[in-house]
Amino acid sequence: MDNLQELLHGFTIAVTVPHLLLMAVGVLLGILVGVLPGLGAPNGVSLLLPLTFGMQPVSAIILLSSMYWGALFGGSVTSILFNIPGEPSSVATTFDGYPMARDGRPTTALATAFGSAAFGALIGVILITFLASWVAQVALAFGPPEYFAVYFLAFASFVGMGGAAPIKTVVALAIGFAIAAIGIDTVSGSVRLTMGIDELVKGVNFVVAVMGLFGIGELLVAVEEEFHARAVSSKIDWREVFRAVGRLPRHSVALLRSAAIGCWMGITPGGPTAASFMSYGIARRFSRRGRYFGTGEVEGIISPETADHAAGTSALLPMLSLGIPGSATAAVMMGGLMIWGLNPGPMLFVDQKDFVWGLIASMYVGNIVAVALVLLTVPVFAALMRIPFVVIAPLIVIICVVGAYSVSNSYLDVVMMLGFGIVGYLFKKLFYPLAPLVLAIVIGDKAEDAFRQSMLLSKGSLGIFFANKLVTCLIVGGIALLLLPLALQLTRLLRKPAPSADETTVQATVQETAREKVII
Amino acid sequence: MGRTSTFLLSAAAAVLAGTMPALAAWQPQKPIEFVATAGPGGGTDNLARAVQNIITKHKLTEQPIVVVNKGGGSGAEGYVYGKASAGDPYKVIFGTSNAWQQPLVSKVAFNYTDLTPIAAMAQDEFLLWVKQDAPYKNAGDYLKAAASGEFRMGGAQSKDTDEVLTRMIEKAGNVKLTYIPFKSGAETAVQLAGGHLDSHVNNPSESLGQWRGGTQRPLCVFSPKRLPQGPKVTATEGWSDVPTCVEQGLDIKQYEQPRTVWLPGKVTPDQAAFYVDLMKKVQATPEWKDYIEKTSQVDTFLTGAEFDKFIKEDLEHVKQVAGEQGWLVK
Repeated sequence: MDNLQELLHGFTIAVTVPHLLLMAVGVLLGILVGVLPGLGAPNGVSLLLPLTFGMQPVSAIILLSSMYWGALFGGSVTSILFNIPGEPSSVATTFDGYPMARDGRPTTALATAFGSAAFGALIGVILITFLASWVAQVALAFGPPEYFAVYFLAFASFVGMGGAAPIKTVVALAIGFAIAAIGIDTVSGSVRLTMGIDELVKGVNFVVAVMGLFGIGELLVAVEEEFHARAVSSKIDWREVFRAVGRLPRHSVALLRSAAIGCWMGITPGGPTAASFMSYGIARRFSRRGRYFGTGEVEGIISPETADHAAGTSALLPMLSLGIPGSATAAVMMGGLMIWGLNPGPMLFVDQKDFVWGLIASMYVGNIVAVALVLLTVPVFAALMRIPFVVIAPLIVIICVVGAYSVSNSYLDVVMMLGFGIVGYLFKKLFYPLAPLVLAIVIGDKAEDAFRQSMLLSKGSLGIFFANKLVTCLIVGGIALLLLPLALQLTRLLRKPAPSADETTVQATVQETAREKVII
Repeated sequence: MGRTSTFLLSAAAAVLAGTMPALAAWQPQKPIEFVATAGPGGGTDNLARAVQNIITKHKLTEQPIVVVNKGGGSGAEGYVYGKASAGDPYKVIFGTSNAWQQPLVSKVAFNYTDLTPIAAMAQDEFLLWVKQDAPYKNAGDYLKAAASGEFRMGGAQSKDTDEVLTRMIEKAGNVKLTYIPFKSGAETAVQLAGGHLDSHVNNPSESLGQWRGGTQRPLCVFSPKRLPQGPKVTATEGWSDVPTCVEQGLDIKQYEQPRTVWLPGKVTPDQAAFYVDLMKKVQATPEWKDYIEKTSQVDTFLTGAEFDKFIKEDLEHVKQVAGEQGWLVK
């Protein structure tokens, strides 16, 4: 129980008036950058970084990590209210969060999201507290084949458990891989698919892609469907905030399952994005109300949010103990660590106990501060939904254009974002799923690198993916998920021959289920 | 009266002499943008932010400075941006030897001649690292073991400094290594700690934490003489205890990576001179010494003809290795 003693010592460092003030300031700034267009957590943290050079490292990291928590919460706000995910990991929150908000329950959607996010973060911190030394060992076992196997599992879980037709998921994944291949290839060092545009050497930025796919794409669909006729009326009800949070324990299975997925993906380097997608896919498969997913289901919000925050929190551990930043924000913080004169690595836990345990204790306190502040602001954000569509629509276009431009001050990004808007619109019209496309854009190149590194290691033999227990389990799980839809179809075919009499009704149901799935 | 006028005259002359160069020299009139050709947290980003911090703290210029990251395409994004900003003295590009090495081996849309060189401000050293529990104690043992089996060498990026050095080791040690490229030195270090690689050639700062933590150790440094005495890294050893590779029979005298500073092309000599002077002032501060020590780099300042000479020499060298490997782009 050494860890507990250290933690108590950490609390004596974290719970002081100046540090509590820093947390509040950090969280508020974080919520602000999370909500504002184009200013994600990594930008916010790097803007704040120069201010921390004169501070004690503990105070500095408390300020920066509090900002990170705030930004994570803030990112969910735009996902739910405007269907614009601020971070890759909040994409899955839009699937049910946005429909629920659109149906006039933004308060419930936001409160549910924040409540489950807080639960996920709490589990993540508890995990860090108790497993600090063990976790470092697990992450070390991950070489290129293991990395590839984790990514493969994430892709396969979409094909096997996603809502859309498996073949459409594969097509969406393939398009995503092609987009991820644009730019410089890590393994060969050559420039690929820039199509004569010099600037494309930097690749396609994720933010540019999702702003177009979700923000503009959804807007085009909404305009076409004359959605604007309906002004959303939402009552600002304080009691609803607490009622929504109070209802969370009823979904304890989903909460615990999602937290477990999140922690696993955070420690192994799968990351929060893969975690939230995977958790959503699994919840959809196993929930009793799975077929209503995508229309504003409570568990459809709980699952990705819990997993996202559990993974985001537990991913700080590999950063501290191994120096592997799990996200862009963690990379900025790691840069800060070096500038403050600390070196991330296993010795940090021995040399800098005050720093490490002060940070871990501040994660408990900081998340509580973040939840309190963000819950207090729910009604304010929910009130935004009462603004009529004619005002909101141009606002969303402005947000997307400004956001895309501010990624790297490039006009090309704005053009690409609008192009992605059309792609998003077409995907929705043709009932193709957007989530696998986004997932492939975000981790497609990482998966490719890992695969080719493995091939270099094994001199071209696929046997390397069955070389040890860990990688074999992951790969076999992935293959099983890939074959699941095929197996289901076969058993269905064997059980009853295709009914020809009510073909029209079959077609009608197919059409209807497809329409239902258009949201995803 | 005569005395007074002479006094006044000489005073005026002194004032003129003091202010004249300042009046003539170019001064920035609006905010300056520092472009780091690397993602947040990398070595180049740290340098840009350290310089920004020092300039702001010592008020070395009136204008505010913002750092932006353009690290896409292994830094090519930042250099292409610099090329596109020709004639704009408010963009300062921070990079490495990438600026002249990348165009050799990859079809990127820039060359270092599109930029105005300002200075090389620090040199990062390279070391040969192995896993802590590896059986070999020195570079000689390592080469002997490498000759008998297939060794896996990791490094950051492809056909970049790390792979060039790997190919040089192959030639000097008469061995064959399988080079596995990763995104960054930090990632490579973790892979070595996990036993997925046999060795890598990271810079000191990239593996400092790992050495201290006892997961890997340096065999030798690719430098003509041992690194300067600093604080101990582990309980018993510091950087100065690492022998040079030449001492141990691996004949590569010197291999370093400069941190470079550039302006876009077509700026006036006055504007370039302002930044050369600014960087010199930065280098004279105690904060700079602190930064150099914490990141375990070597302090250096090359500008003008010296810098040109350095680039030309390095270019010739890399061209030779790249030519032998068949990397050169047509």
